[in-house]
Amino acid sequence: MYNFEFERPTTIADAVAALGGDEAQALGGGQTLIPTLKQRLAMPGKLVSLSGIPEMKGVCVNDDGAVSIGGGTPHAVVARDAAQHYPGLAALAGQIGDPAVRNRGTIGGSLANNDPSACYPAAALGSGATIVTNTREIAADDYFQGMFTTALEEGEIITEVRFPVPEAANYQKFVQPASRFALVGVFVAKYADGVRVAVTGASEEGVFRWSAAEEALSGNFTADAIKDLTVEAGGMIGDLHGSKEYRAHLVGVMTRRAVAAAA
Amino acid sequence: MPKDHGIGASSKRREDVRFLTGAGNYTDDINIPGQTYVHFLRSDIAHGKINAVNTEDAAGMPGVLRVFTGTDFEGVGGLPCGWQVTDKHGQPMQEPAHPVLAQGKVRYVGEIVAAVVAETAEQARDAAEAIELDIEDLPAVIDMKAAVQEGAPKVHDDLTSNLCYDWGFVEENKGAVDEAFEKAAHVTTLELVNNRLVANPMEPRVAIGDYTRHNGESTLYTTSQNPHVIRLLMGAFVLGIPEHKLRVVAPDVGGGFGTKIFHYAEEAFCTFAAKALKRPVKWTSSRSEAFISDAHGRDHVTKIELALDGENNFTAIRTETYANMGAYLSTFAPSVPTWLHGTLMAGNYKTPAIYVNVKAVFTNTVPVDAYRGAGRPEATFQLERVIDKAARELGVDPIALRRQNFITEFPYATPVAVEYDTGDYNATMDKLEEIADLKGFEARRKESEARGKLRGLGVNCYIEACGIAPSNLVGQLGARAGLYESATVRVNATGGLVVMTGSHSHGQGHETSFPQVISEMIGIPEDQVEIVHGDTARTPMGMGTYGSRSLAVGGSAMVRATEKIINKTKKIAAHLMEASEADIELKDGQFTVAGTDKSVAWGDVCLAAYVPHNYPLDDIEPGLEETAFYDPSNFTYPAGAYACEVEVDPETGKVTIERFAAADDFGNVVNPMIVSGQVHGGLAQGIGQALLEGAVYDETGQLLSASYMDYAMPRADDVPFYTVDHSCQTPCTHNPLGVKGCGEAGAIGSPPSVVNAVVDALQSAGKSVTHIDMPLSPGRVWTAMQG
Repeated sequence: MYNFEFERPTTIADAVAALGGDEAQALGGGQTLIPTLKQRLAMPGKLVSLSGIPEMKGVCVNDDGAVSIGGGTPHAVVARDAAQHYPGLAALAGQIGDPAVRNRGTIGGSLANNDPSACYPAAALGSGATIVTNTREIAADDYFQGMFTTALEEGEIITEVRFPVPEAANYQKFVQPASRFALVGVFVAKYADGVRVAVTGASEEGVFRWSAAEEALSGNFTADAIKDLTVEAGGMIGDLHGSKEYRAHLVGVMTRRAVAAAA
Repeated sequence: MPKDHGIGASSKRREDVRFLTGAGNYTDDINIPGQTYVHFLRSDIAHGKINAVNTEDAAGMPGVLRVFTGTDFEGVGGLPCGWQVTDKHGQPMQEPAHPVLAQGKVRYVGEIVAAVVAETAEQARDAAEAIELDIEDLPAVIDMKAAVQEGAPKVHDDLTSNLCYDWGFVEENKGAVDEAFEKAAHVTTLELVNNRLVANPMEPRVAIGDYTRHNGESTLYTTSQNPHVIRLLMGAFVLGIPEHKLRVVAPDVGGGFGTKIFHYAEEAFCTFAAKALKRPVKWTSSRSEAFISDAHGRDHVTKIELALDGENNFTAIRTETYANMGAYLSTFAPSVPTWLHGTLMAGNYKTPAIYVNVKAVFTNTVPVDAYRGAGRPEATFQLERVIDKAARELGVDPIALRRQNFITEFPYATPVAVEYDTGDYNATMDKLEEIADLKGFEARRKESEARGKLRGLGVNCYIEACGIAPSNLVGQLGARAGLYESATVRVNATGGLVVMTGSHSHGQGHETSFPQVISEMIGIPEDQVEIVHGDTARTPMGMGTYGSRSLAVGGSAMVRATEKIINKTKKIAAHLMEASEADIELKDGQFTVAGTDKSVAWGDVCLAAYVPHNYPLDDIEPGLEETAFYDPSNFTYPAGAYACEVEVDPETGKVTIERFAAADDFGNVVNPMIVSGQVHGGLAQGIGQALLEGAVYDETGQLLSASYMDYAMPRADDVPFYTVDHSCQTPCTHNPLGVKGCGEAGAIGSPPSVVNAVVDALQSAGKSVTHIDMPLSPGRVWTAMQG
């Protein structure tokens, strides 16, 4: 890696200030950024670690029942502390990477990166979560804007993610054999006002909602209700781990399994 | 009761204490005062003409001692190839120059274009980024069949084509084979790919060159399976350093799997640069570099045909294989698809006529060479797959078809030039049927069906030629090296002893199993024996460890040297007890005189050899140190039968291995626990090849699977708990230990059983799938199910 300045602020305000300078880059758990730096594929002048900010850590339940997770909370903490309040989300967190990844990687880092094969984007979009930053609140539907692209502005920090808790939810992850990221991951959540289905890993556009399945499931929350539904292979990712057609097929399979597991 | 020491005991691996507590001494743990670091600038295109390499800016960067390019190596030899194959017309293979640093052209992604030596590794890397390359893109050849088409771009302009050799084996069999196919009642044909693999030892390669001015000696510390071979190749052919001025040390090595046999450019560079700069030069490969600079394995495309008569007897086998050499000939590359592959095409079966054709091809990819099994897995895979396909076509039981065609009488001379000394293939199959509980398979299949899963059973046999090899034979076959092994046994005055062996241990447990043999022979505790290996200054000239040869060849050398020691100690004991040498017996570390109560301890005899006050000085010299070189008279032929049970998820194509059983005949076994461990590791690698691993290039020569993000290694949850058995033992008839070798068996025997099992599972569900190429990833299996 190249040399860089390093800061580890203890408040959000200080972090925002530190990120104001030229070539400053926020560092969450570093699960993507550190390997990128090691390969010299990025050359930030300054890294601002968000791991020392107490107000960005932890899991709590709000007055309205939503589960709030600090942007700097590691996956392992979500897996443990959200289990009682939002088991579908906690189970997803517990499937990310391996124990080392889960102890370092953070929800804010994952959502800010928006890897098209990451797990958390499916949970956030599938739950209609609110991405809270140091300046505003962004609805998940507006937040994800394609592979590695989000609504975040330069220097904007995810401080918190608020998840409305559904009546039932489940995440089905079919792993890519090498990386064990999601080859296809489907998060299904049933709310009083309808069902949300979010798919990660499959599309060239990154995480997306499968609206046809949502519609069918909102009327009848059973795997049978979507047994004849398919997604177009056209926009899917095709690579050495699976063709576009295979990924499109897996979207259907994983969605049905998620519904069956949640129902 | 199991033995607690000596041959047959499961002695705990003494080396594991240091490995597991971080006390191992790997090459990267070695740091020499004044050490510098090299960073290699590697080509990021597969094929290009080097117009200019401008190093001016880089040379002026902080900490830089010197920047080297190909022109610095023009007066130096190229990396030699250790095996010359003669083609079917009697012509030698095409053998291109293999420069240490690229000269004129780059020929694969990863080839070294320039090298920066600096005070720190970071400075070297910084400066490498300042090198300006002017390399003109040339069209790359990646696909082997396209590479040998008329008009294909040539990897080496000075060769007539990209064809290294077109090998026919045995050419004299061709007529009989063709005739058998004309007369055949049934012919089964199968086209398949043996997927390209990256070895991925846990420890990446490391090299440190050092030059000591006071004696003019060069030392190379390197991650090698055979330091003497590196010393010979690098000293004599590359750098022109006489062997008495060159020392090669391979300390603890964290796994080799073949890829650390070969002499690499980085080793020659560090040794050369250290002498030029009069400073130690160190290189530690990153994992990313390993993917594009360690020799790859396998990469065959094969068509195999099996002819059977009306009674389902195998009458002939005919194969045509394209074998990828990559851009240059790695050290032993030409031997792998030929002598380590064609000679095994008889397998365990008495097929009377066999003809193997292999076309070795240059492509713009990383050089390909031996990887665990080397040629033998490729032979086993195609043979055991085509037999399975034949059984299905004929509607006969695949085990019965195999048994019907087993070789049952030994010695057996195959039509492909080797003679199996001993074996009992029905015994290993019987054992397999028992330990795999094949009788219970149908019940397990029903239970899987109830859960919506397709269960399949795959069975196969394998045979391999290990303990390589008779030097005179391999010399006739084109080897440019001998393949004996050496050992010096040095007994100390107080009775403990040190074995200095040419074999190299990089995971095999020699430090434990070799002393067990000595303990058995002399009757002293195993901890009185120390194994020294991996240093040309401390061990006699030996050929190193590969091809499951260490115990069979290196162990035999140790036995021969120990026998010399025992003979001499008996003379001394006879003198001390005033008895006839013929009456002296050695047991449990005590010399006795037959028929008397006289005895003298091992330690007292050893002391007498070094304090020869009362000693037969007229007859024998003082001291106790003996060396033996052992050259085997034949290969050894381990064999076995494997069974794999898989479940396939019909919705996703995901394959899980539910059961795996291996019944191996390794001849005599010195340490059953270590043997089981070797089989476990081999199985994991074979299952890795079958289900997960694959090095994939795109059409421009970029390696798509160049990191663990895309190259899938087997992990603990990818493999089942294995059932392994090595109680079927037909001892090798021609080495003193009766051992055959066990290091590669698992990797050789397991891929076909996995694929056979998946095909069985799919056919059980009415799918017409007859073959799927490895790795059997979920996507591939699902796609096959759709067709």
